[in-house]
Amino acid sequence: MTMDAPGSEIVLSCRGLRKDFAGFTAVNDVDLDLRHGEIHAMIGPNGAGKTTVFNLLTKFLQPTKGRITLLGQDITKTSPSKVARMGLARSFQISATFPHLTVLENVRVALQRPNGLAHQFWRPMSALDRLNARALELIELVGLKDARNRPAADLSYGRKRALEIATTLALDPKALLLDEPMAGMGHEDVAVVSAIVRDVARTRAVLMVEHNLKVVADLCDRVTVLQRGEILVSGDYATVSRDERVRVAYLGAGHD
Amino acid sequence: MTDAALAPAAGRSKGRGVALIAVGLVLLAVAPFVVYPIFVMKLLCFALFAAAFNLLLGYAGLLSFGHAAFFGGAAYFTAHAVKEWGLTPELGVLVGVAGASALGLAVGFLAIRRQGIYFAMITLALAQMFFFFCLQAKFTHGEDGIQGVPRGHLFGVIDLNQPLAMYGFVAVVFLAGMVAIHRITESPFGMILKSIRENERRATSLGISVGSYKLAAFVMSAALAGLAGATKALVFQFATLTDVGWQMSGEVILMTLLGGIGTMIGPVVGAAIVTALENYLATSDFPPTIVIGVAFMLCVLAFRRGVVGELLATRWGKRLAGRGED
Repeated sequence: MTMDAPGSEIVLSCRGLRKDFAGFTAVNDVDLDLRHGEIHAMIGPNGAGKTTVFNLLTKFLQPTKGRITLLGQDITKTSPSKVARMGLARSFQISATFPHLTVLENVRVALQRPNGLAHQFWRPMSALDRLNARALELIELVGLKDARNRPAADLSYGRKRALEIATTLALDPKALLLDEPMAGMGHEDVAVVSAIVRDVARTRAVLMVEHNLKVVADLCDRVTVLQRGEILVSGDYATVSRDERVRVAYLGAGHD
Repeated sequence: MTDAALAPAAGRSKGRGVALIAVGLVLLAVAPFVVYPIFVMKLLCFALFAAAFNLLLGYAGLLSFGHAAFFGGAAYFTAHAVKEWGLTPELGVLVGVAGASALGLAVGFLAIRRQGIYFAMITLALAQMFFFFCLQAKFTHGEDGIQGVPRGHLFGVIDLNQPLAMYGFVAVVFLAGMVAIHRITESPFGMILKSIRENERRATSLGISVGSYKLAAFVMSAALAGLAGATKALVFQFATLTDVGWQMSGEVILMTLLGGIGTMIGPVVGAAIVTALENYLATSDFPPTIVIGVAFMLCVLAFRRGVVGELLATRWGKRLAGRGED
């Protein structure tokens, strides 16, 4: 990548994205562009369809209408594991770790496939030792070094989220979709994770769902507000926060 | 079948120790001189069958309710190959394993499309279809089964009609099967399987084609179950409908749960308990099914991790497995 500035290359994009569930439209006519080096926030009241958009973009759900491209390739009909291999990684709203594997194993599992160590059933587990250095690097990045040999199930909620980020980063994705990465975290953890996200976004496109508006203001280059499955406003934080409709949506429909 | 039950599977059993294996080998060597050899051979066949089943349930988290098709199917294939085609026993066993793998590929291909109880039901349905096929097909001889299967000469040299030679053959097959299962579960592939068992969506999001791995595990499990069934056909010199029936699929689930899923030795212990109970109760007035049913209920109510799972969960067991606090 020669160009580093925000607003450069579009990594992930969708046009006219729509998802109908029996009897109602969860997402309607959503356009998004994620650019290399940018952090893009998606905000909106509960039930606005943020997670559905995530599931559509990562192909865990098949859109009813619309088109999704990743690095210029149409992925509208691609399987979720394939888009992950193409460089689109995600985290989940509900913490997604492998509970009975250790922290090290959790991260290493993500490294296995890109390093061609996923299907060897005839080799001993020690074949994976050469991935340990990289796995430990990622574990250290999120501050879990002391817990590397503990089962993921033993970690506190905030540390599970940190582990999840390390696992996601192990894929070295082009686009990173984080579903509420800081939900349930204490003050200090939020600062740590914010720093990590800022750091990794320099060479990637990041889309994150976040409720903490202070984090959004500090971290994100662009904000899209979703309401009832549709885009209300999109722009930089200053523009969006001045928008009257956003104020109404947030204050008026806060308990939605 | 959720978290608590699967916990022992995560055991990093590196330091389990050569001692335990040595004890097992000594037992294996001494057994035919102490116990009726046919019984030990039967036990070893069922132990391998249960271990193969556990490869799928304990490590991939897939509950198959149709594993008898692979066990009993391989018995038929081997019996037919040895009796009608006159193949040597080792080739006959290979035919059985190949047949079970092919069956496993077909059943697995259809079943992995669904999860949980639906997966189990599809495997059951397909296994019942295979049962019906075995009932009707000519080469299986319906209710009679294939009788009088010759044991033959291993590699054309070793006469398997010698009880000790036969025992040696079964012991080697059993050990080879167990080594294979150990290798598969403690391999990079085994680690991916565990991750799928733990959190399938997460594994998918890491770019893992979950379906292919499940299918591979299914075929491996079917092949090893077939190895057990093929060997059993040579031991008893017949292949019958009993081994393809759904009761057999249930029995292997029982053995595995009773012994402890997700451990190497659990299914072996479970198979030993069930086989021994059936054997000794067969001559008493007490119906074995009731005793085994009670044992199963006790297992579900009181020690859900199975005999071996509970043992490993004790402090002594943790030290034995070399995974205490570190």
